[in-house]
Amino acid sequence: MKIRHTGREDKIELQMTPMIDIVFLLLIFFIMTFKIVLPEGDFNIRMPSPASNVTAQPSETPTLMLRITADPNGKLAGLQLDNQPFGNGPQAFVQLHAYIRSLIADEGGPGSADDQEIELDCDYNLDYGYVVKAITAITGYVENGQQHKLIERIKFSPPQNQ
Amino acid sequence: MTPMIDMTFQLIAFFMVLINFSEVEQNQEINLPSSELAKPPDVPYEEPLTVQMLADGTILFAGDRMDPQGLGSALLTEAQIIRAHAEKRLSDVTVVIRADKEAKTGEVQKIIQKCQDAGFDTFALRSRQSNVSTLATP
Repeated sequence: MKIRHTGREDKIELQMTPMIDIVFLLLIFFIMTFKIVLPEGDFNIRMPSPASNVTAQPSETPTLMLRITADPNGKLAGLQLDNQPFGNGPQAFVQLHAYIRSLIADEGGPGSADDQEIELDCDYNLDYGYVVKAITAITGYVENGQQHKLIERIKFSPPQNQ
Repeated sequence: MTPMIDMTFQLIAFFMVLINFSEVEQNQEINLPSSELAKPPDVPYEEPLTVQMLADGTILFAGDRMDPQGLGSALLTEAQIIRAHAEKRLSDVTVVIRADKEAKTGEVQKIIQKCQDAGFDTFALRSRQSNVSTLATP
């Protein structure tokens, strides 16, 4: 029997081209399907239709009424909680937030804010961004990375006609 | 040859890790209002229903552009389908509202009203997460 000593030092020629083809195809696929998803969060609101909530029992604490008015361009014209106005400057929502915090602190005791309900009465052409800002000012605040809650029960007044 | 293949595999690994096939309805034309309090839901909604609104008041629902009337009838159909399913209930549905920050509040409230007419009562107002306080920004 002959033993062949050939082939031991032979280099195997690897076929690279098909592999690179496939790899590039994969790469193209992943690049094409790549989409950036921005981090988004939610404000949860429970709002049954007005016709069906006849059984809803009235809350012990009276509902706060937040009135947000708009100028013809949809920008903020006035912000008023019950009878307390906050003006229309950039600090309006900061003041509203401070007021609500003092209100909750005055009532004292944990859980006192749970029953508190607030109703948003907005002008028809108000920019929606202000509503989110108002909800941000009302529902809580972030302090030292910790999220604190204020008033969480929010409802909207029926929309005004245009 | 080897460095190139190394790099290509790196790229593939990068895109593979970052890819997500989850179908999120995010129209890029919508400029969401931002808020530092907006938090992603702890558990995914059981039955999310996304209604989107552009700055000019056009409503996007189920891949179509429509006006409030169209949305009303589309939502009624949706509610009927959900009622027909034995294991689904209308109260499990969360209507996710993605409205542009320059949309009119009245138009957004019209969406809410149409949803209420169809029997939905849980809403989630979507906004962009922010790391800084947004109260004082104009």
